[in-house]
Amino acid sequence: MAEVRAEMVANVWKVVAAEGQPVGAGDTLVILESMKMEIPVLAEEAGTLSKLHVAEGDLVQEGDLIAVLG
Amino acid sequence: MANRGEIARRVIRTARRMGITTVAVYSEADEDLPYVREADHAALLGPAPPSQSYLDAAKILRAAQEAGAGAIHPGYGFLSERASFARQVIAAGLTWVGPSPEAIEQMGDKIRARNLMAAAGVPVSPGSTEPVLDEDTAVAEAKRIGYPVMVKAAGGGGGIGMSAASSEAELRAAFATARSRAERFFGHPDILIERYVARARHVEVQILGLADGRVIALGERDCSVQRRHQKIAEETPSPGVGPALRERMLAAAVRAGEAVGYRNAGTVECLVDADGGDFIFLEMNTRLQVEHPVTELVTGIDLVEQQFLIAAGQDVSFGPASLPASLPASRPARGHAIEMRVYAEDPVRFLPGPGRITEWAEPSGEGIRVDAGYVAGNIVTPFYDPLLAKLCTYGASRAEAVARAREAVAAFRIAGPKTNLAFHADLLASPEFAGGDYDTSLVARLRP
Repeated sequence: MAEVRAEMVANVWKVVAAEGQPVGAGDTLVILESMKMEIPVLAEEAGTLSKLHVAEGDLVQEGDLIAVLG
Repeated sequence: MANRGEIARRVIRTARRMGITTVAVYSEADEDLPYVREADHAALLGPAPPSQSYLDAAKILRAAQEAGAGAIHPGYGFLSERASFARQVIAAGLTWVGPSPEAIEQMGDKIRARNLMAAAGVPVSPGSTEPVLDEDTAVAEAKRIGYPVMVKAAGGGGGIGMSAASSEAELRAAFATARSRAERFFGHPDILIERYVARARHVEVQILGLADGRVIALGERDCSVQRRHQKIAEETPSPGVGPALRERMLAAAVRAGEAVGYRNAGTVECLVDADGGDFIFLEMNTRLQVEHPVTELVTGIDLVEQQFLIAAGQDVSFGPASLPASLPASRPARGHAIEMRVYAEDPVRFLPGPGRITEWAEPSGEGIRVDAGYVAGNIVTPFYDPLLAKLCTYGASRAEAVARAREAVAAFRIAGPKTNLAFHADLLASPEFAGGDYDTSLVARLRP
């Protein structure tokens, strides 16, 4: 199990990966937007996206849980 | 004042001095910012996202009419370069503090602007003369122009969606990125491809189109200190532009303005080659520029004041009669000025770092000007650009301006959000910047 957390306060612009989907290391899970910059959130290791904790349009705080990889 | 943050505050300051009553507009995220308090009246636009606030033309027009405003100043960004908004403002019977919608339109499309400039005898780089709409055309155009090329949104600005490519594979990736950003941020997908000059200075000329139809140039600004094709620090005069090149650049900028019948403040952006021998036209910004304070510091001219006067059909305050009848009329500047953009971002990777400001202490003293959008207690939100403040210094010489900048950066205390002040300290300490011989790849060398 690996937790993916937000590095900064941001809006969730796009959810790229879907729950239950296998992901490779470096794959983009969601794209955040903060201060007119798009910030892709990547899977650090290969696995399955077991739980997605955000939806498009959500505001996340630094440290908030974005996804769990199983 | 159809804008927010530091520029709203800065425009309000001049308006107040001129006896003009001001109306601020704000989103729910900005209600505690100083510009909202400092305006005579303030109107809430709506929720934080720009599409529901500062980009909502109907809401802004309604706010202006309810407050009985006579004019709209657009600042920079947001609706400032939307010809359709300028038209709506004029149609509503209000004065638009900016150039004509036609001039905005002609310069807003970078491909049209390039063609227009070439016809007016202003040098442009090899590039596409028609919008590039698909990847295969892009590949063919890049082959014709020659690599490396720069790929950008024809209707864009602010460096968004812009990237360089030195091979077909890079070009295909750059095209896809530019295309999606162009549609998302600028509402139309046209792409421009032009030759990319890797070692160049980014130098721009401030112009003013006067109410009587003349166009004058107020010197240049060097904007070569950039990250992600966005400016971090600017200075005037440019250390890379000698008197002969300056004369040619100012004359070309005046011709550029004359070609579109330009009125009000505008900026002609150019690239100057590394040895300072030649320049090409990049684009024209049909609004007040973020970095306008450095020009104000060396000329003593309040550019916002001139904007209001020109919009009202009046003479500029520094007496155009004293300018030579034969243009170009470059006004003599004295001394040297530097602007450092203080961004809410980390000073190493330049990633956004919004947050609540727990401490805010601006430097002050001789030769220091701070245009800030925030005070202690404000929350810097992720909804807008990361500009917290513009720290500007002036000196009789470049060395004096740089020395003051070092002290001012060290004295600026901001806690809460991340800031790039440590980057500015490194920049000012670097031999390359201190020596003045730098180009647009300077930041990449300082932060490899």
